[in-house]
Amino acid sequence: MTFVKKNPSVLWFLVILAVFTLAVTLMSPGTGTGVISTSFVKTLGKTLCLAMVALAMDLVWGYTGILSLGHMAFFAVGGYMIGMWLMYARTEEIVFAALAKSPIPPTPAELHDGIASQIFGVVGSSKMPAIWAFAGSLPAQLALVVLVPAALALAFGWLAFRSRVAGVYLSILTQAMTLALALWLFQNDSGLRGNNGLSGLQNIPGLNHVPQEWLSIWFFWASAAALALAYVLLAWVVSGKFGSVIRAIRDDEQRVRFLGYPVEGYKLFVFALTAVIAGIGGALYYPQAGIINPAELAPIASIYLAVWVAIGGRGRLYGAVMGAVFVSLLSSWFTGGRAPDVPLGFATIHWVDWWQVLLGLAFVLVTLFAPQGLGGLVDLITGRRAPPRHGAPLGPDTGSLQEREAEE
Amino acid sequence: MIRILLAAALALALAPGLARADSLGDILNANKALVEHASRLTIGPVIDKLAASGDPRTEALLKAWGDKKLGLRKSDGTFVLLTRKGGDYALTLPDGSGDGTAKRSDINILRPNAGVRRLIDGALVEFQLSSPDLKTRTEALSIIDRHPEAGQLKPLEASLKAETDPALRARKERLLRLLTIRFGESTPKRIAAIDSFGADTGLDLRGTLNPLLDSHRVITKAGERPQGNVERQLIPGKTITPEAAYDLLVARGDAPARLTPLARRQALEAHIEGGKVGGVPVAQMSDPEARDRAYAALEKAGKVPGAATRHEVAAAVAGHAYWRVYQEADPAMTTAAKAALAKIAVKVDAMQGLDLLIEALSLASIYFLAAIGLALTFGVMGVINMAHGEFIMMGAYTGYVVQQIVPDYTLSLLIALPLAFAVTFAAGVAMERLVVRHLYKRPLETLLATFGVSIALQQIAKNIFGTQARPLTSPGWLDGAWVLNDVVSISYIRIAIFVLGVVFLGLFLWVMKRTRLGLELRAVTQNPAMAASMGINPDRINMLAFGLGSGIAGIAGVALGLYAKVTSELGQDYIVQSFMTVVVGGVGNIWGTLAGAALIGTLQKGIEWLNPSNTLAAQTYMILFIILFIQVRPRGIIALKGRAAGD
Repeated sequence: MTFVKKNPSVLWFLVILAVFTLAVTLMSPGTGTGVISTSFVKTLGKTLCLAMVALAMDLVWGYTGILSLGHMAFFAVGGYMIGMWLMYARTEEIVFAALAKSPIPPTPAELHDGIASQIFGVVGSSKMPAIWAFAGSLPAQLALVVLVPAALALAFGWLAFRSRVAGVYLSILTQAMTLALALWLFQNDSGLRGNNGLSGLQNIPGLNHVPQEWLSIWFFWASAAALALAYVLLAWVVSGKFGSVIRAIRDDEQRVRFLGYPVEGYKLFVFALTAVIAGIGGALYYPQAGIINPAELAPIASIYLAVWVAIGGRGRLYGAVMGAVFVSLLSSWFTGGRAPDVPLGFATIHWVDWWQVLLGLAFVLVTLFAPQGLGGLVDLITGRRAPPRHGAPLGPDTGSLQEREAEE
Repeated sequence: MIRILLAAALALALAPGLARADSLGDILNANKALVEHASRLTIGPVIDKLAASGDPRTEALLKAWGDKKLGLRKSDGTFVLLTRKGGDYALTLPDGSGDGTAKRSDINILRPNAGVRRLIDGALVEFQLSSPDLKTRTEALSIIDRHPEAGQLKPLEASLKAETDPALRARKERLLRLLTIRFGESTPKRIAAIDSFGADTGLDLRGTLNPLLDSHRVITKAGERPQGNVERQLIPGKTITPEAAYDLLVARGDAPARLTPLARRQALEAHIEGGKVGGVPVAQMSDPEARDRAYAALEKAGKVPGAATRHEVAAAVAGHAYWRVYQEADPAMTTAAKAALAKIAVKVDAMQGLDLLIEALSLASIYFLAAIGLALTFGVMGVINMAHGEFIMMGAYTGYVVQQIVPDYTLSLLIALPLAFAVTFAAGVAMERLVVRHLYKRPLETLLATFGVSIALQQIAKNIFGTQARPLTSPGWLDGAWVLNDVVSISYIRIAIFVLGVVFLGLFLWVMKRTRLGLELRAVTQNPAMAASMGINPDRINMLAFGLGSGIAGIAGVALGLYAKVTSELGQDYIVQSFMTVVVGGVGNIWGTLAGAALIGTLQKGIEWLNPSNTLAAQTYMILFIILFIQVRPRGIIALKGRAAGD
């Protein structure tokens, strides 16, 4: 109870999320009146997954001060892991059905070869790569959704933090990691179908009789539940002593080190934890998107993630969620061609073309003039103000309220 | 007896220049049917006879034949050479005497097909080699080059003495030696010809030597040795897979084919009787063992053809020996060719190493150009400019626009270079004043804000110039390549980029070490507060440094645009590598950037060479290497020490 008292935003967040989920459930074509379409339910579900990875990004950047440009890679890796099972199990069903028509029942080897050539025919191969060894088992792949991003983050983080790579160097390195992973996946012989990626993920094996409008709302519920869990978990993580330490690392890493805290251990834990959350988010996102390919890992995706968190407001969890939901929904509205064109007399602004420009400039303006982002609006409503410092700087990072935090 | 005499006479007649056995007309008439319906397969001896006649008019005759100017007069069936004369033909007999004119319809023109014409050309080569016309002689040599034949050896040798043109003489000598390797009359002569080349890397030599080492597979019973010039034995399981060895036996008809899984399944499916195959229930057929049993039962019943079992295959493979045997029968020749090729291979490898080095250098200079501006802003101000790539793109588009206005490529390039500098300098200064200046205390946020500028600029470029690639054409004198030999060649654009890189290195060093601006820049880098108290305006210096870095990016953009296509993503493609260059090299030092560019360029080319099929993998490995390299030298190759390091 004290936890909720100390973090009133958790209760508010859960209430708003519950109301939102209920509203979507009542309007969806599967469970409600059908005011909104199945594809829009999917869009909303995907947005919740993006909000989840934005939460992770906020913990790693807004609270710990590590500007990671690689968290969308973990997100995509999570998607690939679940995608492998979806694709394998579904192809198994198809191949089994096809072979069942032949007079003689198939041997396990024939079944295996059939699946392999069905999946990898597109990259000119008919052998099952070694990394697909567990693809037939849902529990194993679900475990990999957690384990692979965690292992990747631990290995990379251990190398990077150990050699005291920090600041912009670390950002560049994480970006390089993302690029390396993307380039590796782009190869045809990486075993994940090269630039074709994994497709048909919206068809859930064993649930062929369930229509997409039901599947979409199920995934929406799952995404909402995962987001709620992630929010509570992260709110708990940042509210205690641990939270104070990571904020201290953000503000003055040297001093924390001199006080005797194992800074690298804290950073590594945060990096790996957020990678796992991102991976789970990806595992929920890509079955709703239906397709995943290496372009999802492009460094630009991770930078957009930073953009969402920055626009939403760093150093506060609800800010990250607000930024991700606001920017990604606005972005799909603008790029979907639904925004009305603006005639200027001499030229017409087509938002499909100019949305990126608007986003880029808005981003510059937010960084310059409103480092608190959309979260600053919440401060206005709650009447929370920066403490009067009479012109003295608030602290090393103006993105958050250090004095209030220090009271905890 | 008479036969022997005749054969001797024929031999004499065939020897060129020895005796005039027959006149041209006689030869043609004797083989009238063959000539009239000439075919590549049968006409050879006739052409040889004509060529050997020694008649000075042979060349003219052969040429006329090849050019479809030889005909048969319909009235009496004599061969005549034709010359156009108005609507009619002036006729010349093969012996050179004129024979009036004839209407077109009275002449049956011979039209040799392409195969026959090639034979005629081959025979003509002999005459053309000594032709007084230089062009004809050169053409004759090209024909020998393309279609070397044994008969060309002697005429070529004969023509060598009278050759006056030194270049052509050298070429003739080389061709003669190549022909000797192929068709020389004795092994010592051929080997001497091979040895005369030494480690020559010419493609023509390799093209001549390689066929000497052609070999084919021969199968013998185990323990036997095949006839001929054996290259080596193929041992199943080592130099040849047992499967391939067995396939060879099958192909020769010595063994029955193996049963493929598919064929077995089809055979089983064809013999389902009452839910059973060969006594085994169909439901059990998902087990491979059950399938084996079922097939064996069917085989026993004689319902399916016998297939080689694994045991039989192994026995058949073991019962034979496999060899590679050279086509060339003489072991001395193959040994000599092998030795020569080995020598050549060593030299070619060395050349390829040189080529690789040059390519790495060229790539390094591209990265250097792209990164030098970044090194300036990052090094002096500690600010990461994510829009650096877009400044490169801006420079490239400036070059493109200038080329649309000024059509002369050389002139437009000379205008574009300073203009690109000016445009991106202004853009850089504007960005520094409007955005970066406010964020000096917050480097991570500079990264994000400049990224915002970057996506806006990229989209604006897309809106203005479209998504398709725009060409930035290089002037004519930059086309082509500097060819050192058959292995090493460098395109002039790469040389130009390299030169540009060196020029910028010099310029940068000069600015930093010899000018007031450089002095102030270095002062601000080391300690902004102290520099300010000495009367330097750090604000102004930062602005100029940013502008300078961006301006260099613009010039790099023009150079990159010449080298690659101009798209709105041009800068993005280089930005990560540029960052890598700066990070690996070490911040704040131009030599570090140079070392970083050299390391990354060499590394990328080296990995590409190790794994040439996969440039994507090469980039992955390179980035992984850099991540590991940062472990060893976190501050780059050349790290600033002491106070300048800033901590």
